[in-house]
Amino acid sequence: MAKQSIVPFGPQHPVLPEPVHLDLVLEDEVVVEAVPSIGFVHRGLEKLVETKDFKQYVYIAERVCGICSFGHGMGYCQCLEKIMNIELPPRAAYLRTIWMELSRVHSHLLWLGLLADAMGFESLFMQSWRLREKVLDLFDMTTGGRVIFSVNCVGGVLKDMDQTMLKTIAAATREMEKELRPLAETFLKDYTVGHRLRGLGVLDAEHAKLMGAVGPMLRASGVAFDVRKLGYAAYGELDFDPVTASDGDSFARCEVRIKEIFQSLDLIRQAVGKIPDGPIAAPVKGNPNGEHFMRIEQPRGEAIYYVKANGTKFIDRFRLRTPTTSNIPPMLEMLKGCQLADVALLILTIDPCISCTER
Amino acid sequence: MEGCNTIEPVDMAGFVPAVLRFKMDGWRVVQICAARLAEGYELSYSFGKEYDMRTLRLTVGEEETVPSITQIYPGAFLQENEAAELFGVKIECMEQDYHGKLYRIGVETPFKQKG
Repeated sequence: MAKQSIVPFGPQHPVLPEPVHLDLVLEDEVVVEAVPSIGFVHRGLEKLVETKDFKQYVYIAERVCGICSFGHGMGYCQCLEKIMNIELPPRAAYLRTIWMELSRVHSHLLWLGLLADAMGFESLFMQSWRLREKVLDLFDMTTGGRVIFSVNCVGGVLKDMDQTMLKTIAAATREMEKELRPLAETFLKDYTVGHRLRGLGVLDAEHAKLMGAVGPMLRASGVAFDVRKLGYAAYGELDFDPVTASDGDSFARCEVRIKEIFQSLDLIRQAVGKIPDGPIAAPVKGNPNGEHFMRIEQPRGEAIYYVKANGTKFIDRFRLRTPTTSNIPPMLEMLKGCQLADVALLILTIDPCISCTER
Repeated sequence: MEGCNTIEPVDMAGFVPAVLRFKMDGWRVVQICAARLAEGYELSYSFGKEYDMRTLRLTVGEEETVPSITQIYPGAFLQENEAAELFGVKIECMEQDYHGKLYRIGVETPFKQKG
Protein backbone atom coordinates (compact mmCIF):
# COMPACT_ATOMS: atom_id res chain seq x y z
CA MET A 1 0.00 0.00 0.00
CA ALA A 2 1.24 3.47 -0.84
CA LYS A 3 2.15 5.77 2.00
CA GLN A 4 -0.66 8.10 3.04
CA SER A 5 -0.09 11.80 3.60
CA ILE A 6 -2.39 14.70 4.43
CA VAL A 7 -2.22 17.90 2.42
CA PRO A 8 -4.10 20.94 3.72
CA PHE A 9 -5.92 22.70 0.88
CA GLY A 10 -7.27 26.23 1.39
CA PRO A 11 -8.83 28.31 2.83
CA GLN A 12 -6.61 30.59 0.73
CA HIS A 13 -5.87 29.25 -2.71
CA PRO A 14 -5.37 31.06 -6.05
CA VAL A 15 -8.29 29.15 -7.58
CA LEU A 16 -10.73 29.50 -4.70
CA PRO A 17 -12.82 32.67 -4.84
CA GLU A 18 -14.02 32.04 -1.29
CA PRO A 19 -12.53 30.33 1.74
CA VAL A 20 -13.04 26.63 2.28
CA HIS A 21 -10.56 24.25 3.81
CA LEU A 22 -10.04 20.63 2.89
CA ASP A 23 -7.75 18.10 4.48
CA LEU A 24 -6.82 15.92 1.53
CA VAL A 25 -5.74 12.39 2.40
CA LEU A 26 -3.43 11.28 -0.39
CA GLU A 27 -1.87 8.03 -1.50
CA ASP A 28 1.01 9.20 -3.68
CA GLU A 29 -0.80 11.93 -5.67
CA VAL A 30 -4.25 10.36 -5.58
CA VAL A 31 -6.92 11.69 -3.22
CA VAL A 32 -8.47 8.94 -1.10
CA GLU A 33 -10.49 11.19 1.19
CA ALA A 34 -11.31 14.87 1.61
CA VAL A 35 -12.41 16.30 4.98
CA PRO A 36 -13.94 19.76 4.77
CA SER A 37 -14.11 22.56 7.28
CA ILE A 38 -15.90 25.86 6.81
CA GLY A 39 -16.81 28.77 9.07
CA PHE A 40 -14.21 31.30 7.96
CA VAL A 41 -16.95 33.72 6.86
CA HIS A 42 -19.76 32.56 9.15
CA ARG A 43 -21.77 35.62 10.21
CA GLY A 44 -24.78 34.06 11.93
CA LEU A 45 -27.21 35.81 9.57
CA GLU A 46 -29.96 33.24 10.16
CA LYS A 47 -29.84 34.08 13.85
CA LEU A 48 -30.19 37.79 13.17
CA VAL A 49 -33.78 37.24 12.05
CA GLU A 50 -34.82 36.97 15.71
CA THR A 51 -33.93 40.60 16.39
CA LYS A 52 -34.90 42.34 13.14
CA ASP A 53 -38.29 43.42 11.86
CA PHE A 54 -39.39 40.93 9.18
CA LYS A 55 -39.43 43.70 6.56
CA GLN A 56 -35.93 44.89 7.51
CA TYR A 57 -34.61 41.36 7.20
CA VAL A 58 -35.06 41.45 3.41
CA TYR A 59 -31.90 43.58 3.28
CA ILE A 60 -30.01 41.04 5.38
CA ALA A 61 -31.22 38.11 3.29
CA GLU A 62 -29.86 39.93 0.23
CA ARG A 63 -26.50 40.26 1.91
CA VAL A 64 -26.05 36.55 2.49
CA CYS A 65 -24.05 36.58 -0.73
CA GLY A 66 -23.07 39.02 -3.44
CA ILE A 67 -23.66 36.73 -6.40
CA CYS A 68 -26.99 35.20 -5.36
CA SER A 69 -28.15 38.37 -3.63
CA PHE A 70 -31.33 39.03 -5.60
CA GLY A 71 -32.51 35.41 -5.34
CA HIS A 72 -32.03 35.32 -1.57
CA GLY A 73 -34.16 38.41 -1.12
CA MET A 74 -36.77 36.99 -3.46
CA GLY A 75 -36.87 33.57 -1.78
CA TYR A 76 -37.30 35.13 1.65
CA CYS A 77 -40.06 37.46 0.41
CA GLN A 78 -41.88 34.65 -1.41
CA CYS A 79 -41.89 32.65 1.83
CA LEU A 80 -43.50 35.51 3.73
CA GLU A 81 -45.95 36.24 0.91
CA LYS A 82 -47.12 32.62 1.11
CA ILE A 83 -47.48 32.78 4.90
CA MET A 84 -49.34 36.11 4.77
CA ASN A 85 -51.51 35.13 1.76
CA ILE A 86 -50.26 38.08 -0.26
CA GLU A 87 -50.92 37.85 -3.97
CA LEU A 88 -47.93 39.11 -5.90
CA PRO A 89 -48.93 41.65 -8.58
CA PRO A 90 -48.23 40.17 -12.06
CA ARG A 91 -45.91 43.03 -13.03
CA ALA A 92 -43.83 42.45 -9.90
CA ALA A 93 -43.61 38.74 -10.77
CA TYR A 94 -42.24 39.60 -14.22
CA LEU A 95 -39.80 42.16 -12.84
CA ARG A 96 -38.49 39.61 -10.36
CA THR A 97 -38.09 37.09 -13.18
CA ILE A 98 -36.09 39.54 -15.29
CA TRP A 99 -33.74 40.42 -12.43
CA MET A 100 -33.42 36.76 -11.44
CA GLU A 101 -32.43 35.70 -14.94
CA LEU A 102 -29.99 38.58 -15.27
CA SER A 103 -28.49 37.34 -11.99
CA ARG A 104 -28.16 33.85 -13.46
CA VAL A 105 -26.37 35.23 -16.53
CA HIS A 106 -23.93 37.22 -14.42
CA SER A 107 -23.32 34.30 -12.05
CA HIS A 108 -22.63 31.83 -14.86
CA LEU A 109 -20.37 34.30 -16.68
CA LEU A 110 -18.48 34.89 -13.45
CA TRP A 111 -18.03 31.13 -13.09
CA LEU A 112 -16.89 30.74 -16.69
CA GLY A 113 -14.26 33.41 -16.08
CA LEU A 114 -13.05 31.66 -12.94
CA LEU A 115 -12.90 28.35 -14.78
CA ALA A 116 -10.86 29.86 -17.60
CA ASP A 117 -8.57 31.49 -15.05
CA ALA A 118 -8.11 28.18 -13.22
CA MET A 119 -7.01 26.59 -16.49
CA GLY A 120 -4.60 29.46 -17.18
CA PHE A 121 -6.69 30.63 -20.16
CA GLU A 122 -6.44 34.30 -19.27
CA SER A 123 -7.92 35.82 -22.44
CA LEU A 124 -11.01 33.65 -22.07
CA PHE A 125 -11.29 34.76 -18.44
CA MET A 126 -11.06 38.40 -19.51
CA GLN A 127 -13.67 38.01 -22.26
CA SER A 128 -16.12 36.23 -19.90
CA TRP A 129 -15.88 38.94 -17.29
CA ARG A 130 -16.03 41.69 -19.91
CA LEU A 131 -19.38 40.29 -21.00
CA ARG A 132 -20.51 40.02 -17.39
CA GLU A 133 -19.95 43.76 -16.98
CA LYS A 134 -22.83 44.36 -19.39
CA VAL A 135 -25.21 42.61 -16.99
CA LEU A 136 -23.93 44.68 -14.10
CA ASP A 137 -24.57 47.79 -16.22
CA LEU A 138 -28.19 46.65 -16.66
CA PHE A 139 -28.50 46.21 -12.89
CA ASP A 140 -27.06 49.69 -12.48
CA MET A 141 -29.52 51.17 -14.97
CA THR A 142 -32.60 49.50 -13.45
CA THR A 143 -31.80 49.58 -9.74
CA GLY A 144 -28.85 51.89 -9.09
CA GLY A 145 -26.77 49.02 -7.71
CA ARG A 146 -24.39 46.66 -9.45
CA VAL A 147 -24.09 43.76 -7.00
CA ILE A 148 -26.58 44.14 -4.16
CA PHE A 149 -29.48 46.20 -5.38
CA SER A 150 -32.23 45.85 -2.75
CA VAL A 151 -35.30 45.94 -4.96
CA ASN A 152 -37.25 43.14 -3.29
CA CYS A 153 -39.84 43.84 -0.64
CA VAL A 154 -42.49 41.70 0.95
CA GLY A 155 -45.41 41.91 -1.46
CA GLY A 156 -43.49 42.87 -4.60
CA VAL A 157 -40.59 45.04 -5.68
CA LEU A 158 -39.49 48.58 -4.89
CA LYS A 159 -38.56 49.76 -8.38
CA ASP A 160 -40.25 49.59 -11.74
CA MET A 161 -38.74 49.49 -15.23
CA ASP A 162 -40.04 51.90 -17.84
CA GLN A 163 -40.42 51.05 -21.53
CA THR A 164 -37.02 52.50 -22.42
CA MET A 165 -35.33 50.29 -19.84
CA LEU A 166 -37.18 47.20 -21.02
CA LYS A 167 -36.21 47.90 -24.63
CA THR A 168 -32.59 48.46 -23.60
CA ILE A 169 -32.58 45.15 -21.74
CA ALA A 170 -34.03 43.26 -24.71
CA ALA A 171 -31.49 44.83 -27.06
CA ALA A 172 -28.65 44.09 -24.62
CA THR A 173 -29.64 40.40 -24.43
CA ARG A 174 -29.48 40.15 -28.24
CA GLU A 175 -26.08 41.84 -28.25
CA MET A 176 -24.81 39.59 -25.45
CA GLU A 177 -26.04 36.50 -27.24
CA LYS A 178 -24.02 37.50 -30.28
CA GLU A 179 -20.92 38.08 -28.18
CA LEU A 180 -21.41 34.89 -26.19
CA ARG A 181 -21.40 32.64 -29.27
CA PRO A 182 -17.63 32.78 -29.97
CA LEU A 183 -16.96 32.41 -26.24
CA ALA A 184 -19.21 29.35 -26.05
CA GLU A 185 -17.48 27.98 -29.15
CA THR A 186 -14.12 28.27 -27.39
CA PHE A 187 -15.31 26.71 -24.14
CA LEU A 188 -17.05 23.83 -25.89
CA LYS A 189 -14.75 23.14 -28.83
CA ASP A 190 -11.25 24.20 -27.81
CA TYR A 191 -8.91 21.20 -27.50
CA THR A 192 -7.22 22.41 -24.29
CA VAL A 193 -10.50 23.08 -22.47
CA GLY A 194 -11.90 19.70 -23.49
CA HIS A 195 -8.69 17.93 -22.56
CA ARG A 196 -8.70 19.56 -19.11
CA LEU A 197 -12.38 18.94 -18.32
CA ARG A 198 -13.56 15.79 -20.07
CA GLY A 199 -13.73 12.74 -17.83
CA LEU A 200 -12.84 14.76 -14.73
CA GLY A 201 -15.10 14.28 -11.69
CA VAL A 202 -17.71 12.04 -13.28
CA LEU A 203 -20.97 11.85 -11.33
CA ASP A 204 -23.68 9.57 -12.68
CA ALA A 205 -27.36 10.36 -12.26
CA GLU A 206 -27.89 7.76 -9.53
CA HIS A 207 -25.04 9.07 -7.36
CA ALA A 208 -25.98 12.66 -8.05
CA LYS A 209 -29.46 12.07 -6.63
CA LEU A 210 -28.24 9.91 -3.75
CA MET A 211 -25.66 12.46 -2.61
CA GLY A 212 -28.07 15.39 -3.02
CA ALA A 213 -26.62 17.26 -6.03
CA VAL A 214 -28.69 20.18 -7.30
CA GLY A 215 -28.68 22.72 -10.11
CA PRO A 216 -26.32 22.53 -13.08
CA MET A 217 -24.38 19.81 -11.28
CA LEU A 218 -27.46 17.55 -11.19
CA ARG A 219 -28.58 18.48 -14.69
CA ALA A 220 -25.09 17.76 -16.06
CA SER A 221 -25.65 14.18 -14.89
CA GLY A 222 -28.74 13.92 -17.05
CA VAL A 223 -31.45 14.71 -14.50
CA ALA A 224 -33.96 17.22 -15.89
CA PHE A 225 -34.85 18.94 -12.62
CA ASP A 226 -35.20 22.72 -12.49
CA VAL A 227 -37.25 24.32 -9.71
CA ARG A 228 -38.31 27.14 -12.05
CA LYS A 229 -40.72 24.60 -13.55
CA LEU A 230 -42.78 25.01 -10.34
CA GLY A 231 -43.91 28.26 -11.94
CA TYR A 232 -43.12 30.77 -9.16
CA ALA A 233 -42.71 34.46 -10.13
CA ALA A 234 -43.54 34.55 -13.88
CA TYR A 235 -41.85 31.27 -14.83
CA GLY A 236 -45.20 29.51 -15.20
CA GLU A 237 -45.97 31.77 -18.16
CA LEU A 238 -42.64 31.38 -19.93
CA ASP A 239 -41.60 28.66 -22.32
CA PHE A 240 -38.49 26.70 -21.34
CA ASP A 241 -37.20 23.22 -20.54
CA PRO A 242 -34.39 22.29 -18.14
CA VAL A 243 -30.98 22.18 -19.82
CA THR A 244 -29.28 18.83 -19.37
CA ALA A 245 -26.13 16.98 -20.41
CA SER A 246 -25.46 13.29 -20.04
CA ASP A 247 -21.75 12.76 -19.33
CA GLY A 248 -21.80 13.99 -15.70
CA ASP A 249 -18.20 15.22 -15.91
CA SER A 250 -16.69 18.68 -15.49
CA PHE A 251 -17.13 19.41 -19.19
CA ALA A 252 -20.85 18.58 -18.96
CA ARG A 253 -21.21 21.01 -16.05
CA CYS A 254 -19.55 23.70 -18.15
CA GLU A 255 -21.80 22.88 -21.11
CA VAL A 256 -24.99 23.10 -19.01
CA ARG A 257 -24.03 26.51 -17.62
CA ILE A 258 -23.22 27.91 -21.05
CA LYS A 259 -26.53 26.69 -22.49
CA GLU A 260 -28.32 28.12 -19.46
CA ILE A 261 -26.95 31.57 -20.24
CA PHE A 262 -28.52 31.40 -23.70
CA GLN A 263 -31.72 30.13 -22.09
CA SER A 264 -31.76 32.95 -19.55
CA LEU A 265 -31.26 35.57 -22.25
CA ASP A 266 -34.24 34.08 -24.08
CA LEU A 267 -36.33 34.03 -20.88
CA ILE A 268 -35.53 37.70 -20.28
CA ARG A 269 -36.73 38.59 -23.77
CA GLN A 270 -39.88 36.51 -23.26
CA ALA A 271 -40.55 38.29 -19.95
CA VAL A 272 -39.91 41.72 -21.48
CA GLY A 273 -42.36 40.89 -24.26
CA LYS A 274 -45.10 39.70 -21.91
CA ILE A 275 -44.77 42.00 -18.91
CA PRO A 276 -48.20 43.43 -18.03
CA ASP A 277 -48.94 46.92 -16.71
CA GLY A 278 -50.06 47.37 -13.14
CA PRO A 279 -48.84 47.87 -9.59
CA ILE A 280 -45.44 46.57 -8.52
CA ALA A 281 -46.27 45.77 -4.90
CA ALA A 282 -49.24 44.56 -2.90
CA PRO A 283 -50.09 46.09 0.48
CA VAL A 284 -48.80 44.23 3.53
CA LYS A 285 -51.03 44.22 6.59
CA GLY A 286 -50.19 42.87 10.03
CA ASN A 287 -47.46 40.46 10.99
CA PRO A 288 -46.78 36.98 9.63
CA ASN A 289 -47.96 33.94 11.55
CA GLY A 290 -47.16 30.44 10.32
CA GLU A 291 -44.41 28.61 8.51
CA HIS A 292 -43.48 27.70 4.98
CA PHE A 293 -40.73 26.03 2.95
CA MET A 294 -40.10 27.80 -0.36
CA ARG A 295 -37.88 26.58 -3.19
CA ILE A 296 -36.33 28.65 -5.93
CA GLU A 297 -33.74 27.89 -8.61
CA GLN A 298 -30.68 29.97 -7.87
CA PRO A 299 -27.85 30.04 -10.47
CA ARG A 300 -26.09 27.29 -8.52
CA GLY A 301 -29.21 25.20 -8.04
CA GLU A 302 -32.21 24.62 -5.83
CA ALA A 303 -32.22 26.82 -2.72
CA ILE A 304 -34.70 26.25 0.10
CA TYR A 305 -35.98 29.05 2.32
CA TYR A 306 -37.83 28.35 5.53
CA VAL A 307 -39.60 30.95 7.63
CA LYS A 308 -41.35 30.26 10.91
CA ALA A 309 -43.25 33.29 12.13
CA ASN A 310 -45.09 33.80 15.41
CA GLY A 311 -47.49 36.69 14.76
CA THR A 312 -45.08 39.38 15.95
CA LYS A 313 -42.81 41.48 13.77
CA PHE A 314 -39.90 39.26 14.75
CA ILE A 315 -39.50 35.89 13.10
CA ASP A 316 -38.72 32.73 15.07
CA ARG A 317 -36.56 31.00 12.54
CA PHE A 318 -35.19 31.64 9.07
CA ARG A 319 -33.32 28.84 7.39
CA LEU A 320 -31.58 28.89 4.05
CA ARG A 321 -30.38 25.64 2.55
CA THR A 322 -28.06 26.81 -0.17
CA PRO A 323 -27.24 24.91 -3.36
CA THR A 324 -23.60 24.59 -2.30
CA THR A 325 -24.63 22.90 0.98
CA SER A 326 -26.22 20.23 -1.17
CA ASN A 327 -23.38 20.05 -3.66
CA ILE A 328 -20.52 19.63 -1.17
CA PRO A 329 -21.27 15.94 -0.32
CA PRO A 330 -21.22 14.85 -4.00
CA MET A 331 -18.12 17.01 -4.52
CA LEU A 332 -16.31 15.18 -1.69
CA GLU A 333 -17.35 11.92 -3.33
CA MET A 334 -15.99 13.06 -6.70
CA LEU A 335 -12.67 14.08 -5.18
CA LYS A 336 -11.96 10.49 -4.16
CA GLY A 337 -9.67 9.01 -6.78
CA CYS A 338 -8.72 12.26 -8.50
CA GLN A 339 -5.19 13.59 -8.86
CA LEU A 340 -4.01 16.30 -6.47
CA ALA A 341 -3.42 18.60 -9.45
CA ASP A 342 -7.10 18.32 -10.44
CA VAL A 343 -8.53 19.13 -7.00
CA ALA A 344 -8.79 22.89 -7.49
CA LEU A 345 -10.48 22.63 -10.87
CA LEU A 346 -12.85 19.94 -9.66
CA ILE A 347 -13.95 22.02 -6.68
CA LEU A 348 -14.53 24.92 -9.02
CA THR A 349 -16.82 22.90 -11.28
CA ILE A 350 -19.50 22.71 -8.58
CA ASP A 351 -19.42 26.54 -8.56
CA PRO A 352 -19.09 26.69 -4.77
CA CYS A 353 -20.52 29.67 -2.95
CA ILE A 354 -19.08 29.47 0.53
CA SER A 355 -20.44 32.80 1.65
CA CYS A 356 -23.99 31.53 1.03
CA THR A 357 -23.25 28.20 2.65
CA GLU A 358 -21.91 29.70 5.86
CA ARG A 359 -24.45 32.52 6.09
CA MET B 1 -46.71 23.07 -12.38
CA GLU B 2 -47.78 22.88 -8.75
CA GLY B 3 -45.79 20.47 -6.54
CA CYS B 4 -47.03 19.31 -3.13
CA ASN B 5 -45.37 20.93 -0.14
CA THR B 6 -46.47 19.41 3.16
CA ILE B 7 -45.23 19.14 6.75
CA GLU B 8 -46.03 15.85 8.50
CA PRO B 9 -45.34 15.27 12.22
CA VAL B 10 -43.57 12.05 13.13
CA ASP B 11 -42.59 10.57 16.51
CA MET B 12 -39.21 9.11 17.35
CA ALA B 13 -40.37 5.50 16.94
CA GLY B 14 -41.73 6.16 13.48
CA PHE B 15 -38.94 8.43 12.30
CA VAL B 16 -36.39 6.00 10.82
CA PRO B 17 -39.05 3.73 9.24
CA ALA B 18 -40.60 6.84 7.64
CA VAL B 19 -37.21 7.94 6.25
CA LEU B 20 -36.65 4.42 4.93
CA ARG B 21 -40.01 4.51 3.19
CA PHE B 22 -39.04 7.77 1.49
CA LYS B 23 -35.80 6.17 0.31
CA MET B 24 -37.57 3.05 -0.97
CA ASP B 25 -40.08 5.21 -2.84
CA GLY B 26 -37.31 7.12 -4.62
CA TRP B 27 -37.37 10.41 -2.70
CA ARG B 28 -34.14 12.36 -2.20
CA VAL B 29 -33.33 14.30 0.96
CA VAL B 30 -33.36 18.02 0.15
CA GLN B 31 -32.85 19.76 3.47
CA ILE B 32 -32.57 19.31 7.21
CA CYS B 33 -33.51 22.22 9.43
CA ALA B 34 -33.23 22.59 13.20
CA ALA B 35 -35.27 25.16 15.09
CA ARG B 36 -35.10 26.00 18.78
CA LEU B 37 -38.15 25.38 20.98
CA ALA B 38 -38.62 26.48 24.59
CA GLU B 39 -37.45 23.03 25.64
CA GLY B 40 -35.70 21.09 22.93
CA TYR B 41 -35.67 21.30 19.18
CA GLU B 42 -37.85 20.92 16.17
CA LEU B 43 -36.16 19.05 13.34
CA SER B 44 -37.54 19.20 9.81
CA TYR B 45 -36.37 16.69 7.23
CA SER B 46 -37.56 17.55 3.71
CA PHE B 47 -37.65 15.03 0.88
CA GLY B 48 -38.14 15.73 -2.79
CA LYS B 49 -39.38 13.65 -5.70
CA GLU B 50 -39.81 15.35 -9.04
CA TYR B 51 -41.39 18.66 -8.03
CA ASP B 52 -43.08 17.43 -4.83
CA MET B 53 -41.64 18.14 -1.40
CA ARG B 54 -42.69 16.49 1.86
CA THR B 55 -41.27 17.40 5.25
CA LEU B 56 -41.11 15.16 8.31
CA ARG B 57 -41.32 17.13 11.56
CA LEU B 58 -39.64 15.58 14.59
CA THR B 59 -39.74 17.22 18.02
CA VAL B 60 -36.92 16.24 20.38
CA GLY B 61 -35.99 17.10 23.94
CA GLU B 62 -32.88 18.99 24.93
CA GLU B 63 -30.89 15.90 25.89
CA GLU B 64 -32.61 13.45 23.60
CA THR B 65 -30.49 11.85 20.87
CA VAL B 66 -31.65 11.59 17.29
CA PRO B 67 -30.59 8.75 15.00
CA SER B 68 -28.61 9.89 11.99
CA ILE B 69 -30.13 9.26 8.59
CA THR B 70 -26.72 9.05 6.89
CA GLN B 71 -26.95 5.23 6.79
CA ILE B 72 -29.95 5.75 4.50
CA TYR B 73 -28.98 9.02 2.80
CA PRO B 74 -25.16 9.37 2.88
CA GLY B 75 -25.34 12.94 1.52
CA ALA B 76 -27.16 14.13 4.66
CA PHE B 77 -24.01 14.24 6.79
CA LEU B 78 -23.20 17.87 6.13
CA GLN B 79 -26.56 19.21 7.29
CA GLU B 80 -26.61 16.85 10.27
CA ASN B 81 -23.17 18.07 11.34
CA GLU B 82 -24.42 21.63 10.90
CA ALA B 83 -27.46 21.04 13.15
CA ALA B 84 -25.18 19.45 15.75
CA GLU B 85 -22.60 22.24 15.68
CA LEU B 86 -24.84 25.29 15.43
CA PHE B 87 -27.74 24.13 17.64
CA GLY B 88 -26.21 21.39 19.75
CA VAL B 89 -28.65 18.74 18.56
CA LYS B 90 -27.38 15.34 19.66
CA ILE B 91 -27.22 13.16 16.56
CA GLU B 92 -25.82 9.67 16.90
CA CYS B 93 -24.15 7.32 14.43
CA MET B 94 -23.40 9.87 11.73
CA GLU B 95 -21.39 8.25 8.94
CA GLN B 96 -19.08 11.24 8.84
CA ASP B 97 -19.14 12.88 12.25
CA TYR B 98 -16.82 15.90 12.33
CA HIS B 99 -17.18 16.20 16.13
CA GLY B 100 -17.59 19.96 16.14
CA LYS B 101 -14.82 20.60 13.61
CA LEU B 102 -16.88 21.41 10.50
CA TYR B 103 -17.47 25.04 11.43
CA ARG B 104 -14.32 26.86 12.46
CA ILE B 105 -16.05 29.36 14.69
CA GLY B 106 -15.16 30.69 18.11
CA VAL B 107 -18.56 30.22 19.75
CA GLU B 108 -19.84 26.78 20.64
CA THR B 109 -23.40 26.03 19.40
CA PRO B 110 -24.15 29.71 18.67
CA PHE B 111 -27.80 29.09 17.69
CA LYS B 112 -28.66 27.18 20.87
CA GLN B 113 -29.87 30.17 22.86
CA LYS B 114 -32.77 32.26 21.61
CA GLY B 115 -32.46 36.02 21.18
